Amino acid sequence: MAVMTGSPTTRRISDLNLTWTDVGPFLALAALLVAGFLINPDFLSATNLANVITRSAFIAIIAVGATFVISSGGLDLSVGSMAAFVTGITIMFMNAVAPHAGLWAIPAGMLVAIVVGLLCGLANGLIVTVGRIEPFIATLGTMGIFRALITYLTNGGTIPIDRSLRDAYRPVYFGTVAGIPIPILISIAVAAVASFILYKMKYGRKCAAVGANEDVARYSGISVVKTRTIAYVVQGACVAIAAICYVPRLGAATPTTGQLWELQVITAVVIGGTALRGGKGHVWGTVAGAVILELIANLMVLSDFVSEYLVAAVQGVIIIIAMLIQRFSNSK
Amino acid sequence: MFSRKWIAAAALGSLLLAGQAMAQDKKVIAVSIPAADHGWTAGVVYHAQQAAKEINAAFPGLEVVVKTSPSAAEQVSALEDLSASRKPDALVILPYSSEELTQPVKAIKDAGTFITVVDRGLTDSSIQDLYLAGDNIAVGANTAKFMIDKLGGKGDLVVLRGIPTVIDDERIKGFQDTIKGTGLKVLDIQYAHWNSDEAFKLMQDYLAKYPHIDAVWANDDDMLLGVLEAVKQSGRTDIKLALGGNGMKDIVKKVIDGDAMTPVETPYPPSMIKTAIYMTVANLVGQAPVRGTVKLNAPLITQANAKEYYFPDSPF
Repeated sequence: MAVMTGSPTTRRISDLNLTWTDVGPFLALAALLVAGFLINPDFLSATNLANVITRSAFIAIIAVGATFVISSGGLDLSVGSMAAFVTGITIMFMNAVAPHAGLWAIPAGMLVAIVVGLLCGLANGLIVTVGRIEPFIATLGTMGIFRALITYLTNGGTIPIDRSLRDAYRPVYFGTVAGIPIPILISIAVAAVASFILYKMKYGRKCAAVGANEDVARYSGISVVKTRTIAYVVQGACVAIAAICYVPRLGAATPTTGQLWELQVITAVVIGGTALRGGKGHVWGTVAGAVILELIANLMVLSDFVSEYLVAAVQGVIIIIAMLIQRFSNSK
Repeated sequence: MFSRKWIAAAALGSLLLAGQAMAQDKKVIAVSIPAADHGWTAGVVYHAQQAAKEINAAFPGLEVVVKTSPSAAEQVSALEDLSASRKPDALVILPYSSEELTQPVKAIKDAGTFITVVDRGLTDSSIQDLYLAGDNIAVGANTAKFMIDKLGGKGDLVVLRGIPTVIDDERIKGFQDTIKGTGLKVLDIQYAHWNSDEAFKLMQDYLAKYPHIDAVWANDDDMLLGVLEAVKQSGRTDIKLALGGNGMKDIVKKVIDGDAMTPVETPYPPSMIKTAIYMTVANLVGQAPVRGTVKLNAPLITQANAKEYYFPDSPF
């Protein structure tokens, strides 16, 4: 049990039982919103914010899964390719079923997406745990495999969704409930379920224990293999949910779908306060991290003083500054 | 046991020799192209394979062999294998990069092979017998001319660029040089890496930033798909034109259907590989002189001529 308190959460903020690591990402988010408003007031317009947060949903949902993997001491580089692969399989299945089942093809396809995602995650997990291969190498391998498979399935071109399904499926990305875009609601739901699992259930404690110190966890009777494998399966499920939201946006899968998402996902998790070396996971921080990344990109376009050639450099600097602010507020 | 192994080896060897002798009777055209990793290269692979099928059926004395390579290094290896195993009579190559491929192609040239270079030139242009490419400056310039006409010489534009490369620079230059001095004003220009998702996001941001936009130019059709989706979502009616480039089948179909926002398209057709293969065949079989440089125009694709550029079975 000593393991659980081993995570680097230092000062507590009075009675709320919050730590600086918990609130850091949200402070950064608030600072970014203020800075954005000063640069261009349009930044805080409802349409712009809704667009940007909706866009960040894919990375947020996948990053929630990555919080499990990273918390348990693993890493998954294959998520972007996996998202493309799941998207491709889902669209192909929906197109094949549509002539017979009509609009039922959509829920059936979603189910297929989840199953494929779970299986991909399970494969990653087993290669890492049972195969005892370093997560970095194992998932670098599957990253190549998933990317090649989607390129093969598309012949290098695109797999568009059947026109008859397009309009019915469109609201899953573009629709709103009570004025809130559906992808935002889905990411909140995913994060809520994840934080329940991570903070209220036994599995969550095992996850952090394995990530903090593998040997101690093993001596305490925790199955490291099982705990890590489950984390990868959760990651697979999250990728599938993201894919389900992604399909209706452009209605197609291509070999460039989800390219470099893995890096954005890992960045979101780390900005959110979870240590890359494992230990306690911060689900809501991760979601804030994903939104921060997308807001920075948005701000680059809305502001006029960054040359188009330097956008990536400025983004890099802002991310590093955000991390430094957190570090210093932490060590006080 | 030992001798039996030798007999088997000898038999195999003679078979291989026989096979080579038979292949020797045919004239071989090797086609070396990048593997399909995005829409445009997928189109190149499709059209190269179509050309091979058609020519192999039409000319029994010819064999067109298509080899795709996923990187510059692997393309170099493929060329080395090619020159080691059998000497092709002609090589049609779309090089990954100019610098790395120049020496390997020269080695094949020195063995007496006819060299056709497509799209991207080698650093030493004396190696090629035939050079065939599209016109990226015209892609930008012709799109700009159409916009000037259609918008009556003035309006506010936003532009999406691809990946920082010569191709992208030339298209943008052609466009900007043409609108210079007219009332067309580029409000903003940013990179979206020839990627639909990035283009979708960028267009959403453009729409949030500028309350009035007359026209959008995405210098590639993958990006145009993202742009159109963002415009559709916004429900804005001020955008009169959204144009792309390259000749993707989905966009050419829009032109055929008389789409109001995308009424024209400019080609940088992946099917240029097919032109190159056929011209090489014309030299090999018909002794037609083809040595020289061919620059395909980038004429506007309109409803009238769109059928010529529409390949429903191609992946691009």
